[in-house]
Amino acid sequence: MSIVVENLTHVYMKGSPFESVALDDVSFEIQDGEFVGLIGHTGSGKSTLVQHLNGLLKPTKGRIIVDNIDITERTKSSKWLRQHVGLVFQYPEHQLFEETVYLDIAFGPKNLNLSNDEVEKRVREAMELVGLDYDSLKDRSPFEISGGQRRRVAIAGVLAMKPKVLILDEPTAGLDPKGRDEILGQIKDLHRERGMTIILVSHSMEDIAKLVDRIIVMNNSRIALMGKPEEVFSHVDELQEMGLDIPQIAHVIRGLRERGMDVPENIYTVEQAAAAILAMVRGRSNA
Amino acid sequence: MLKDITIGQFFPGQSSIHRLDPRVKIIITFVFIVIIFFVRSFIGYGMILAYMALAVILSGVPVRYMLKGLKPLLFIIALTFFINIFFTSGEKVIFKFWFFTLTQEGLLQGVFMGLRLIFLVAGTSLLTLTTSPIALTDGIEHLLQPLKIFRFPVHELAMMMTIALRFIPTLLEETDKIMKAQMARGADFESGNLFQRAKALVPLLVPLFISAFRRADELAMAMESRCYRGGENRTRMKIPKTASRDYIALAVTFLLVLGILLNSYL
Ligand SMILES: Nc1ncnc2c1ncn2[C@@H]1O[C@H](COP(=O)(O)OP(=O)(O)O)[C@@H](O)[C@H]1O
Ligand SMILES: [Mg+2]
Repeated sequence: MSIVVENLTHVYMKGSPFESVALDDVSFEIQDGEFVGLIGHTGSGKSTLVQHLNGLLKPTKGRIIVDNIDITERTKSSKWLRQHVGLVFQYPEHQLFEETVYLDIAFGPKNLNLSNDEVEKRVREAMELVGLDYDSLKDRSPFEISGGQRRRVAIAGVLAMKPKVLILDEPTAGLDPKGRDEILGQIKDLHRERGMTIILVSHSMEDIAKLVDRIIVMNNSRIALMGKPEEVFSHVDELQEMGLDIPQIAHVIRGLRERGMDVPENIYTVEQAAAAILAMVRGRSNA
Repeated sequence: MLKDITIGQFFPGQSSIHRLDPRVKIIITFVFIVIIFFVRSFIGYGMILAYMALAVILSGVPVRYMLKGLKPLLFIIALTFFINIFFTSGEKVIFKFWFFTLTQEGLLQGVFMGLRLIFLVAGTSLLTLTTSPIALTDGIEHLLQPLKIFRFPVHELAMMMTIALRFIPTLLEETDKIMKAQMARGADFESGNLFQRAKALVPLLVPLFISAFRRADELAMAMESRCYRGGENRTRMKIPKTASRDYIALAVTFLLVLGILLNSYL
């Protein structure tokens, strides 16, 4: 499913002394099956932007078109929209409320009025997708499992609605490195194996660099940069001015190049860097 | 959506009303509320209106913003108005319909009651609009000091109020967020009969309570680790001081009280 955003502006609490412009004339397009990273400093408007994409917030100005349907016009389609555009909020484990993991994940599918069999199938599948064991966890209380598992239960709760587009708002915030890598790995699989369109919100370049096809950089309620990772990372100074950074390994590569070593420029993951440096060293020893 | 509630909200500013000593402001508001019940004529309400208008203009709070705060009470005000109009007995009947009789006395009574409610709400909301919650509870704590003789836990009460007021916006924000998160999973808070709607609140209330308890726990821990203990021997960072504007405000209020009493009883 494609998403088109045209001149989107959002003002919170318009007409009160607390009025604040959270989005200012934002336009972009996301193709079906794309994996996009949305990055920006805290308060730059990322969460506000993604809440527009499934109709939770209405634009102050501008249009949003999902799958060729203008969602700003048709208000009746909200159920359709919420099902097809799944949104995982920041700290999603705070929204768990049921007695068992099974019931919590089943909340979304049940709201879609599916049969019990179908609900069960979806819960099982969603738990598998996020790497949770169905049989041992389904009857546990979501409040007695570990933090990382709770986060996954919450993500499974959205996946069980079988959305075509999955939006995750800082899904790794507050997780340890292992939990973070596992969740990012599962998100990557959802894209590769299921062909889901994914929007990953983050303020960490490290997380985003290795995963996404395209990066949108937000700054002060506007889109500051947009493009393939290597294009975006080439604007080092601008990014640093916005309080963002390129991945650490990219700094290492820049340092090496400045010292006259022959490594390619567009490297932003540790794996690529290791391969490139090995290649360079082998090349030298052969010569 | 929940952010539209303005009753009890603080409107930041630097006006002379904002800078009045909170103790003085609380006393004045109290006097204002009491004196409203002594008003018996339109001239009296004229004085109240003039006083109120002066305060609002000085405070710099937009009139539209104040009126917005009255909106949720419109229903109660209208109800009081109509009940008084139709259920006050009197001599001069204006018209009769079914079992309703509209009398001149009733009409007058209805208008007065309506005005009284409006000014009550406007007066108290001007207090909260121009006084930060912290200043407000500080003022209350000072004014209640005499009760300490009776071992009344004044400081603890003020602390509880400060914390409660501090967490209202946080809880509203949290409610908004959880509501949206459940709506993203297809929850519907807006349709269905009463029973269905009450049931739909479970996914909202459970997480909300859990987070409120978590916050309370964290706050208690943070206060304890900074060795907080209330009451005895605590000194204050801000010691309230009265200035000339406080005496002017008191004088103007005194004039209002005098005017109304003279108008009603002479
Ligand atoms: N519910 C809200 N009411 C009022 N202002 C808000 C609300 N949510 C966010 N904002 C403001 O909008 C701006 C953008 O916030 P947000 O979209 O949450 O940014 P990000 O997700 O990038 O941190 C911030 O200045 C924030 O204070
Ligand atoms: Mg955010």
